Amino acid sequence: MGHTLLDKVWDAHTVRELPNGQTQLFIGLHLVHEVTSPQAFQMLAERGLSVRYPDLTFATVDHIIPTDGSTRPYVDGMAEQMFVAIEQNIERTGIPFFDRSTGRQGIVHVIGPELGLTQPGMTIACGDSHTSTHGAFGAIAFGIGTSQVRDVLATQTISVAKPRCRRITVNGKLADGVFAKDVILAIIGRLGVQGGVGYAYEYAGDVFDAMSMDERMTVCNMSIEGGARVGYVNPDETAYAYLQGREYAPKGDEFDSARQWWSDVASDADAAYDDQVDIEGESIAPMVTWGVNPGQVLGVDELIPSPESVEGLERRSIEDALDHMKLAPGVPIAGTPIDVAFVGSCTNSRISDLREAARVAEGGQVPAHVKALVVPGSQQVKTEAEAEGLDDIFRAAGFEWRDAGCSMCLAMNPDKLVNDQVCASSSNRNFKGRQGSPLGRTLLMSPAMVAAAAVAGEVTDVRALAAG
Amino acid sequence: MADDGRITHVAGTGVPVRGNDIDTDRIIPARYLREITFETLGPHAFEDERRQLNGKHPFDDARFTGASVLVVNRNFGSGSSREHAPQALMHRGIKAIVGESFAEIFFGNCTTIGIPCLTLPATQIESLQSLIEEAPETALAIDVGSGAITAGQATYQAELPASVREAFVSGEWDALSSLLESGDAISAVHDRLPYISGWPAR
Ligand code: SF4
Repeated sequence: MGHTLLDKVWDAHTVRELPNGQTQLFIGLHLVHEVTSPQAFQMLAERGLSVRYPDLTFATVDHIIPTDGSTRPYVDGMAEQMFVAIEQNIERTGIPFFDRSTGRQGIVHVIGPELGLTQPGMTIACGDSHTSTHGAFGAIAFGIGTSQVRDVLATQTISVAKPRCRRITVNGKLADGVFAKDVILAIIGRLGVQGGVGYAYEYAGDVFDAMSMDERMTVCNMSIEGGARVGYVNPDETAYAYLQGREYAPKGDEFDSARQWWSDVASDADAAYDDQVDIEGESIAPMVTWGVNPGQVLGVDELIPSPESVEGLERRSIEDALDHMKLAPGVPIAGTPIDVAFVGSCTNSRISDLREAARVAEGGQVPAHVKALVVPGSQQVKTEAEAEGLDDIFRAAGFEWRDAGCSMCLAMNPDKLVNDQVCASSSNRNFKGRQGSPLGRTLLMSPAMVAAAAVAGEVTDVRALAAG
Repeated sequence: MADDGRITHVAGTGVPVRGNDIDTDRIIPARYLREITFETLGPHAFEDERRQLNGKHPFDDARFTGASVLVVNRNFGSGSSREHAPQALMHRGIKAIVGESFAEIFFGNCTTIGIPCLTLPATQIESLQSLIEEAPETALAIDVGSGAITAGQATYQAELPASVREAFVSGEWDALSSLLESGDAISAVHDRLPYISGWPAR
């Protein structure tokens, strides 16, 4: 019986079995951002500990950073304080730091892969639940809490239980207008927001094989929305081609040697899985969330569900969601008017996402009452997009073109929904209050669907635009 | 908690917060992630919901004041990895959480800061929540080692993974001390990983 990538990476990084029954797991790459790290550095200092391997941690600023061109010192005193804190911690510890002056700043899950830091077979941790993104390369990557950030800084290890492994196979071909975002939303819709608790998701089959790295990242990114802390795709030629020539990727002979190791780490053909799920690629439509968690999702051509269709607490969840969203059951989700359109976040802010959105936006015009913004995932993505003229397309269509950051994904910076605005968003969470207003309403969808909604002023089936 | 860190029993009154899939954005809104210390978070737990419910949220209900056991439903703590969520609950006085199920990162964060999260089947959660709502003064006692929960005359048998139970009972729930013990073994793994120590020549 063969082994999964999860088994192999786990074994290679196991330091020992701890008395508590969990594994002491070595973390090969640790990523840090301004929001979940200050307390960790503080705890470290309180215990008189230093950073064990400062060269295995990399830092950037993304969550709270303004994207509207503001400069230091920031008007928001608390944001400014967070920047001062991370800069002091960087200075004290010697951790490499990608701030705006480097030209390599961006959302931590965008820049790790972009710089070639993220590689197959690694263990990767970050004080951020969307660390699962890096699994696109065949790494075992997961989000950790701040106390565990402290543990990684002090020991380069964490105490963690090995997850079980579920293989999710999507075979066949996606229809035009259906993207990676729709695939992962469909998976979450099918397995539920807690279906993945205790599991790592291995994504396999024709659809993932055919995807670019950007698309695989979108899928792995939202594993956590399905409850799975870890999601990965086995490394292949697509991954190796992406890595070739990246700043931190191995070069020359070393690349060939690495490539051998990377392909050895992939799951064996006869590996055993704890669970398997099969989905037909053709069955997936462009998806839109209608509720307050990412599992409350449907095809853009479907009707908003009715609470009467289920019993008990589940019924209450639907009622509660419809109440917050101010949506009526039994009506089509298409045609729902929007106030804001947001293209961005670690799920969908890479160059290919911006290209898809631009393609739909081109020649259209965002109505005056809709605020539309495009926030590239990194400074490098921004530069690349501008070289292709995407910024001009967006501006001409009435979108704001911003600097890199998390922005309206979690609204810690000045980009926030107001009152009960409805936002068509390419981000990953539609939780109540997520986009900065407790009454705000979020509809998650692909970047192309966001662009379509922006131009139409309402939720629109992007397939109709593509056909027309 | 004893001085040696052992967490074997939690006693006090309860507070039920009903609903499935309550995410960490709801437990502590992102604007409080701008605090660079956890100490100040307690008063802000569930802030937005409390404001919307205008004093009707259980955390604002005087009958549940001083409660130390939070009783929740399915997939509590989903979403963001923010440790600010359990920290806010802890600083508000919550010492244990009983629920139908928990999101993984939230569960781990709770364990690391010393909050046992125990699970009971949905129907028993429902019964415990109703019991507390009807008689908020009911004394709850949790035996972390066995998972036994008594609530007045009622008893429940809750579950906790063996490793986590052991961590609380032995006082080793904050893993850092044991992690620090393996210095040499850590170096050995560091040195054997080719992407750190260098790719072999071909
Ligand atoms: S873009 Fe959103 S989900 Fe991604 S790291 Fe930033 S805040 Fe988190």
